Amino acid sequence: MAPESHSLTHSDSRSADNSRGNREHPLKPQRFSNQLLLGVLFGVIFGFLLQKGGVAKYHVLIGALLLEDFTVVKVMLSAIIVGCVGIFCLHSFNLVKLHIKPTRYAANVIGGLLFGIGFGLLGYCPGTGAAALGQGNWDVLSGIVGLLLGSYLFAEVSGLISQTINTWGERGKLTLPDLIRTKRTPFLLVWVPVLIVVLFAVDRFTTR
Amino acid sequence: MRRSTLSGIAVMPGLAVAIYPGTDPLEYPGPAWSPYLVGSLIGLLSMATFYFSAKPLGASSAYAALAGMLGRSVAPKHTESLKYFDENPPVVGWGLMLLLGTVVGAFLAAWTGNELTGQWLSPMWVARFGDDSLSLRLVVALVGGLFMAFGARLAGGCTSGHGISGTLQLSVGSWIAVICFFIGGIATAMVMFRV
Repeated sequence: MAPESHSLTHSDSRSADNSRGNREHPLKPQRFSNQLLLGVLFGVIFGFLLQKGGVAKYHVLIGALLLEDFTVVKVMLSAIIVGCVGIFCLHSFNLVKLHIKPTRYAANVIGGLLFGIGFGLLGYCPGTGAAALGQGNWDVLSGIVGLLLGSYLFAEVSGLISQTINTWGERGKLTLPDLIRTKRTPFLLVWVPVLIVVLFAVDRFTTR
Repeated sequence: MRRSTLSGIAVMPGLAVAIYPGTDPLEYPGPAWSPYLVGSLIGLLSMATFYFSAKPLGASSAYAALAGMLGRSVAPKHTESLKYFDENPPVVGWGLMLLLGTVVGAFLAAWTGNELTGQWLSPMWVARFGDDSLSLRLVVALVGGLFMAFGARLAGGCTSGHGISGTLQLSVGSWIAVICFFIGGIATAMVMFRV
């Protein structure tokens, strides 16, 4: 539940910083503001891509949930395939740290289903909602108010949840290869082609 | 294919589904760029955020940071006493900047592609709920946002954080979460548009 604090420990790890040298942070003293700027830059690219990918459009997202428009699935699967291969390559050269969120069966399922209901009602998700706002779909403004209220409401009960739902089926940083007791590389050699075949199948059997 | 004024019936695997005229998403414009190109570029972008910022792409926690900052300005003591904000202090950080950048980037994309809408109601919503349904839309969007943010915090991420960044790292929890996002979303959208 604490991705922020998690990544702080990572960026504070001296060895990782030194191994990457000055290329990464040419202005070391201003590294913090640098990161904020990088955040904006990455955000602009992300928003640009989301809009060009059509996923800032209400009918494309609702179409995905009606199983009639598979644009969202195609974008997500392509991103997962490229990102998966790329990030594990970088990781094998010790260039990046992984940021795997803890698996908590009950919280993932209950939270996931609540999220899904909200996704259907709002028609945008948190990232594509921001993109929808940039595109001029003003109805998302009401959704953003809801997102703020929902976030605060969760914080209100976060103490209780950490002692109850979060403890049900808590498995730590569990990955798919862990689950079937294989090593990561052989798993990826099967998994990535499977995802590619699924993507080809989606392309073959859908209109959009 | 134009549908008559009467609701048509499409036969989905094993069940008959009502289709209201104008609620076929394929009648409306699709993506400007190939979804495979866009997805691949988002994959490359993930690599860049891992390498340069040591962060995965994610959107939902930025809303929580914003909510925490607003809460702190209204009720500082109470907000700081909450476990979530104690563990995740609400600050203007990388994630919030990413979210603001997303709005700007989408604006640039829509502007350059002549796709700026400037509308309160999407045509597909109007086709289903009428053009005088703004207050309904605002209430549904508000409640939807509330459920979604609560669910994202409980599940530990959203369609970006779990759906892309988590799944690509083979996280079991992320795959479970994204499957549940779609189960909940499909059920809700079907009730709204196909019942």
